[in-house]
Amino acid sequence: MANNSFAYNEQSGGGEAAELGQEATSTISPSGAFGLFSSDLKKNEDLKQMLESNKDSAKLDAMKRIVGMIAKGKNASELFPAVVKNVASKNIEIKKLVYVYLVRYAEEQQDLALLSISTFQRALKDPNQLIRASALRVLSSIRVPIIVPIMMLAIKEASADLSPYVRKNAAHAIQKLYSLDPEQKEMLIEVIEKLLKDKSTLVAGSVVMAFEEVCPDRIDLIHKNYRKLCNLLVDVEEWGQVVIIHMLTRYARTQFVSPWREDDVLEDNEKNFYESDDEQKENTDKGTKPYAMDPDHRLLIRNTKPLLQSRNAAVVMAVAQLYWHIAPKSEAGIISKSLVRLLRSNREVQYIVLQNIATMSIQRKGMFEPYLKSFYVRSTDPTMIKTLKLEILTNLANEANISTLLREFQTYVKSQDKQFAAATIQTIGRCATNISEVTDTCLNGLVCLLSNRDEIVVAESVVVIKKLLQMQPAQHGEIIKHMAKLLDSITVPVARASILWLIGENCERVPKIAPDVLRKMAKSFTSEDDLVKLQILNLGAKLYLTNSKQTKLLTQYILNLGKYDQNYDIRDRTRFIRQLIVPNEKSGALSKYAKKIFLAQKPAPLLESPFKDRDHFQLGTLSHTLNIKASGYLELSNWPEVAPDPSVRNVEVIELAKEWTSAGKAKKENPAKKFYSDSEEEEDSSDSSSDSESESGSESGEGGQSDEEEDSSEDSSSEQDSGSASELDADDRRDQRNLKTKEKADSEDGHKKNEKSKASVSSNDESSSIEESSSDSESESESESEPDSRKVTKEKERKPKQDRNSLAKDVSLLDLDDFNPISTPVVLPTPALSPTLIADLEGLNLSSSSSVINVSTPVFVPMKTHELLHRMSGKGLAAQYFFPRQPCIFGSKMVSVQITLNNTSDRKIENIHIGEKKLPVGMQMHIFHPIDSLEPEGSITVSMGIDFCDSTQTASFQLCTKDDCFSVNIQPPVGELLLPVTMSEKDFKKEQGVLTGMNETSALIIAAPQNFTPSVILQKVVNVANVGVVPSGHDNIHRFAAKTVHSGSLMLVTVELKEGSTAQLIINTEKTVIGSVLLRELKPVLSQG
Amino acid sequence: MIHSLFLINCSGDIFLEKHWKSVVSQSVCDYFFEAQEKAADVENVPPVISTPHHYLISIYRDKLFFVSVIQTEVPPLFVIEFLHRVADTFQDYFGDSNVGDTLPTGQLSNIPWRRAGVKYTNNEAYFDVVEEIDAIIDKSGSTVFAEIQGVIDACIKLSGMPDLSLSFMNPRLLDDVSFHPCIRFKRWESERVLSFIPPDGNFRLISYRVSSQNLVAIPVYVKHSISFKENSSCGRFDVTIGPKQNMGKTIEGITVTVHMPKVVLNMNLTPTQGGYTFDPVTKVLTWDVGKITPQKLPSLKGLVNLQSGAPKPEENPSLNIQFKIQQLAISGLKVNRLDMYGEKYKPFKGVKYVTKAGKFQVRT
Repeated sequence: MANNSFAYNEQSGGGEAAELGQEATSTISPSGAFGLFSSDLKKNEDLKQMLESNKDSAKLDAMKRIVGMIAKGKNASELFPAVVKNVASKNIEIKKLVYVYLVRYAEEQQDLALLSISTFQRALKDPNQLIRASALRVLSSIRVPIIVPIMMLAIKEASADLSPYVRKNAAHAIQKLYSLDPEQKEMLIEVIEKLLKDKSTLVAGSVVMAFEEVCPDRIDLIHKNYRKLCNLLVDVEEWGQVVIIHMLTRYARTQFVSPWREDDVLEDNEKNFYESDDEQKENTDKGTKPYAMDPDHRLLIRNTKPLLQSRNAAVVMAVAQLYWHIAPKSEAGIISKSLVRLLRSNREVQYIVLQNIATMSIQRKGMFEPYLKSFYVRSTDPTMIKTLKLEILTNLANEANISTLLREFQTYVKSQDKQFAAATIQTIGRCATNISEVTDTCLNGLVCLLSNRDEIVVAESVVVIKKLLQMQPAQHGEIIKHMAKLLDSITVPVARASILWLIGENCERVPKIAPDVLRKMAKSFTSEDDLVKLQILNLGAKLYLTNSKQTKLLTQYILNLGKYDQNYDIRDRTRFIRQLIVPNEKSGALSKYAKKIFLAQKPAPLLESPFKDRDHFQLGTLSHTLNIKASGYLELSNWPEVAPDPSVRNVEVIELAKEWTSAGKAKKENPAKKFYSDSEEEEDSSDSSSDSESESGSESGEGGQSDEEEDSSEDSSSEQDSGSASELDADDRRDQRNLKTKEKADSEDGHKKNEKSKASVSSNDESSSIEESSSDSESESESESEPDSRKVTKEKERKPKQDRNSLAKDVSLLDLDDFNPISTPVVLPTPALSPTLIADLEGLNLSSSSSVINVSTPVFVPMKTHELLHRMSGKGLAAQYFFPRQPCIFGSKMVSVQITLNNTSDRKIENIHIGEKKLPVGMQMHIFHPIDSLEPEGSITVSMGIDFCDSTQTASFQLCTKDDCFSVNIQPPVGELLLPVTMSEKDFKKEQGVLTGMNETSALIIAAPQNFTPSVILQKVVNVANVGVVPSGHDNIHRFAAKTVHSGSLMLVTVELKEGSTAQLIINTEKTVIGSVLLRELKPVLSQG
Repeated sequence: MIHSLFLINCSGDIFLEKHWKSVVSQSVCDYFFEAQEKAADVENVPPVISTPHHYLISIYRDKLFFVSVIQTEVPPLFVIEFLHRVADTFQDYFGDSNVGDTLPTGQLSNIPWRRAGVKYTNNEAYFDVVEEIDAIIDKSGSTVFAEIQGVIDACIKLSGMPDLSLSFMNPRLLDDVSFHPCIRFKRWESERVLSFIPPDGNFRLISYRVSSQNLVAIPVYVKHSISFKENSSCGRFDVTIGPKQNMGKTIEGITVTVHMPKVVLNMNLTPTQGGYTFDPVTKVLTWDVGKITPQKLPSLKGLVNLQSGAPKPEENPSLNIQFKIQQLAISGLKVNRLDMYGEKYKPFKGVKYVTKAGKFQVRT
């Protein structure tokens, strides 16, 4: 309706633009001064005449122009008397426009407005429901206090109107009257109470909106309508759905007990995966009563689920926040997919959705991990979207995906958008602190950035490095020296201050440099920023205490400068420091402790998400977006300890037919079942869906229909919709004495439901991403990778320099070599300042056109699992393994293997661990942490790393439980011994040219032409082997490249299509053995149909 | 909920206002202008702004800002979604310049989304299956991220109250679907059939995402070499584009858009096909390629003039590619049949497929 009036405005506005332009003067003084300008007067005289003419067309024309003026914010109040005369016009078009005018000016011209009231009162009784509704709308929009009693009366009458459309407007009018006169609250609540009972989908949204505005605390009014609202929800219009869902979320938090386990609350983060296990453990341990969800609670969760598929972003978000706040944590996962879908929408929607995901991803990482790549940044994203995505990526980072993410961040750091580049540096810092495996890698990457050309980037890096070094101060002397040199060039105050602080803290580790820095700073002291001055003073004090011989005079000089500084903070600091460190008779006992005070161990800063503190706001709200409590924000209450009486929601139905009773009995088993299996139930009712369509239609139909009709249609439709609730009601009402038995049945339902939901939990777990589980287990594993990586770096150090030069053309910004040692040259962690490093860093900037051979992400990860231990031979313990094709975090030469353990027995399996290993010579294995216990039906996924030495030899080991040991084997398919690399076609040819003769194997393949389409070949090859795709300029040649995990030897695969359904398969590699095995495996696959 | 709405054009004039409650002075928009000034560009104006007495929630569409004034807590998406619907309505209404003289009467019907008494002499139902490939390709040509997003847009001109059922050959492809409210959710859940009484005219029936488990075929590849020399005021630019797996269909409507770094003054390029423009103010290079013939791959190469003395750009710009393939849904989705119930006449039915580039970005 609002839209309509817009349309009017613009329509007339277009034609009138020129004329209205002349009126510009009148806008300067919107009221009062009007008559002074003759041209305006004339203009409006013209309008007045048109309004007084006998022709409707002239009147309509005038009204359009007037409404156009209003829309443009021009003053048209002077025309009030002329316009108001037309309020009784028979022409509905004119009438509508007059209404628009009145709504705008009635407040200013109250006396005149009263003249029109009687017209509205008459219109309220008009046989046309549209006229009744719009009369009510205008009446309630006229903000004239005198007519409050008339409005009240009109609302009351309209709330009993036969037309649901008029009743809807009554609900809207309630809010308007309430804002005009809050005194009416009690009477209005009565009307709200009545309208809440309304069964029309048209009314539901509007009355709940009125409820939220007028009496959100009267939760008691909702009880009896709760089930009805849940059942109507799908058919309510979109905007109403949003309001109802938000209200019901608050309701649920006051009426039901928490479906979350206690330990979840404490440790939300990654634990929800094991929820089912914990649940049981808790139950058996403490002997507490098992949790049974109230069927009404379940009803809400179930009935809102389809709305995740709404086209309306606000509805999807509303359901998402409902699941987040009231659904069991194991079920909340379904919202991620829908929220990610919203990211395709316009930037405003993205902004809000990303903010909410940012908050969610802090608490429950697992939910969004499978969608990691959906948060990758595009260079065309607005900065605010980029930074939000970055925030989420940081929250999602874990041991399993960090290598992929760092590679992605590498692109971001080079972004032209410097604000974003700086944010990325912060992010790298956070990843470095959160994931200890990559701390060194990140630190080295950041050190490289210190030679970046952009000052913002350098400054940000300095600040982040400072924080990182603070966490592990030892062994970073070289980096500190490097940063000391930066002081000559860098000008950003924060960065300078950070460097000085760092040198001061570590002055004993760089005993030669620190005094020299102080000397330089003494020279430039007066021209420094205040922030830097303070740090110079600190540095002086620290040096004075540790090395007074060299720095005493310097420090005193600086203190003298500080004494006369213009800034009082600096003068204060100077005085304070002097008293503390320079002993004299006045200085008290404190100076004895000066060294302890200045050089105390300082706690490392916590690099945290800025979204950390937002979770106390209900998601999806304005307050959450602003991180401020907006006015009118309604707090979400904590779950009650004990649920309030659930029977308050039982609805009494007046008439009771005998057939009903029997039907109820016959169906008695049904409701419980229906509760938990949506699809079955939907099938039941779907056959009648077309009927219900027409019936529900008639509810909202023309105003002339009878009450009875409406009732009956409603009854039947609610019956179809959701048998359970209404049938229980019927039972209840049928015999009050049965109440107790019914309640028993209820709780039985609860039990059943609990079991079912558990089953669904575990199945969810299985289907949900494997990455998620791997991260859990990996976080537990100790950092054995460290010694390994160090070994690697040492080896590299030994490599002659010319070797590096050949590779050094392209240097990854972040040293990812912990993961892929050969593909990229190395930025050495220890000699951070060696000349070669500088050379490397220069190389960094020339990278664009030089050759690149990088390990890339897998093109395809087959979901195929292999049996490790069958449940029969494992006495109930079953195990499967799977190759996730991720770089292994336990060691660069290892292949990642994920093992999923299932307990199929009916008792707990304890202490699952790896026993004796029987590995061929040279092979190594990084085992998973022992698992304390696995509940029946429980499942857990753990990660291991195995170095197969580039061979398909079997790794044999024992998988042990508390009582048994089972011998198991892992034999890798040859395709899993590879990591995909990316290279250009030119490089491919070059490398291939080197690997000829002995290093080349080939085979001829014959197959049907349909098997030789590009996509089929690609699919088949990447299914067998973890190879990367090399772009090809020819349609008939397909190239793939990889390197072996252990030795890093290149493995080049070429499929060249020939004439007559044949193709040549060529493999070039130094590793001739696995090369020929791969050829043998690929050949049948490619020729198969 | 929404208190007032202001429409502001790109030169900062408030040219339309509407107040649902009491009148809020235009001066409230000053807070918005302030935020707009702070933002680097229109895209970065925060959609939600807090002012001392109000909250401003705004959207930016077609060079217009729709700024709404809010007084109390409200889900921001509620407002944003609503404003976009308002903008949609404007677009529908003013889109094809023949603004009707009679205003829509807002009649009530049994089915809220369909007016009663629709009558056509030719009864037609057309569906467009439009799929977009979103992708990020890294500089070596491998796919970092790729996904197919699709929509089915319908144009229904059927008399009376037709009840339609649309089924697919391979509905399992649809991983995540959002529906127009007319669709019966339960039928979809149980039978994977889209069953609905359609609105009259043009509307979006569903949007969907194709399961990410499937490999996305990328129909084009780009060879590029963009380099800037150190201490020199020029650089080289060379981009060639070619078809990869086109399944026998022509790739057409190719456009390459590149946001060049700020230090680029001008570009001196030669296209082998199509035309190019470079805007020295916005630094946007647009190459309108047209369609690809595999015999002769289109390329664009030449020199880049840089501001002398300025440091060379650190990163090469990303290439944004647009293209279109007619008669093809890249996911392989196929409509099986359309049935109509509730009316007796025989409608004319048609389905069209098209694949386009969505957010398709090649990093260089």
